[in-house]
Amino acid sequence: MPDVDRGDRPLSPFMIGPYYRPQMTSISSIMVRITGIASLGTATLLVLWLLTAATSDGAFAVVDGLLRSFVGDVLMLLATWAVWYHLLGRLRHVIWDLGYGVEIPIAEKMGMGMFIGATVLTIFTALAV
Amino acid sequence: MRFLTDRKRAEGLGSSRQGTHHHWQMMVGSIALVLLVPVFIFTFGAGFGGTREEVLAFFARPFPAIVTALTLYVAITHFTREAQEAIEDYVHGATGKLLYVGVNLFSWVLIAAGLFALVKIAL
Repeated sequence: MPDVDRGDRPLSPFMIGPYYRPQMTSISSIMVRITGIASLGTATLLVLWLLTAATSDGAFAVVDGLLRSFVGDVLMLLATWAVWYHLLGRLRHVIWDLGYGVEIPIAEKMGMGMFIGATVLTIFTALAV
Repeated sequence: MRFLTDRKRAEGLGSSRQGTHHHWQMMVGSIALVLLVPVFIFTFGAGFGGTREEVLAFFARPFPAIVTALTLYVAITHFTREAQEAIEDYVHGATGKLLYVGVNLFSWVLIAAGLFALVKIAL
């Protein structure tokens, strides 16, 4: 068995930029991961809001006030976009996993659809809610 | 290099035999959330923005309470697996292991806190 070279092997995340041109396939995939992890932060805020609503007038006023301020509005709008984007991205994974749409032109179109779809759904949500 | 043990040489190169399970759990969670999240967004949106009394009255109702509880559990579990994938990709060694444990503990506390809040509101 040959000895393993544990030297300087390239690591994919650090290839983007100078060596690896951003493409719809890679960027739309990275955004699914970022929005997924960001949504854990959104969940934290919503749980905090629910917990203060359940337990204390004073604490609820602080958290509710923060979420309903201008900063809160912007945060909620971004959070809504992230959730919609992540939902569409995961839907794409489901479609891929069933064996459809794995051709690059279709994957690129779906990536574009995720960005446009999430934006349209966010505007709709902001208007409807 | 000649003094590497067989274990050290093999570490990180083979399958842990858990990827299929993880992948399948992500698929089930994804399909559930594609259906659940739109319902949650508009339900939560309807309950958000009132006084504390209005909020308590809204989330005491069965439909908002059940949708919120279900989404909390399924979504937070899903986001935790999402974070796990990222940790496995970018953070290695003891830091990665401890971070993975930390994210799981955080998520469990989050789920417990959210469910407690909903139960307290409902009762």
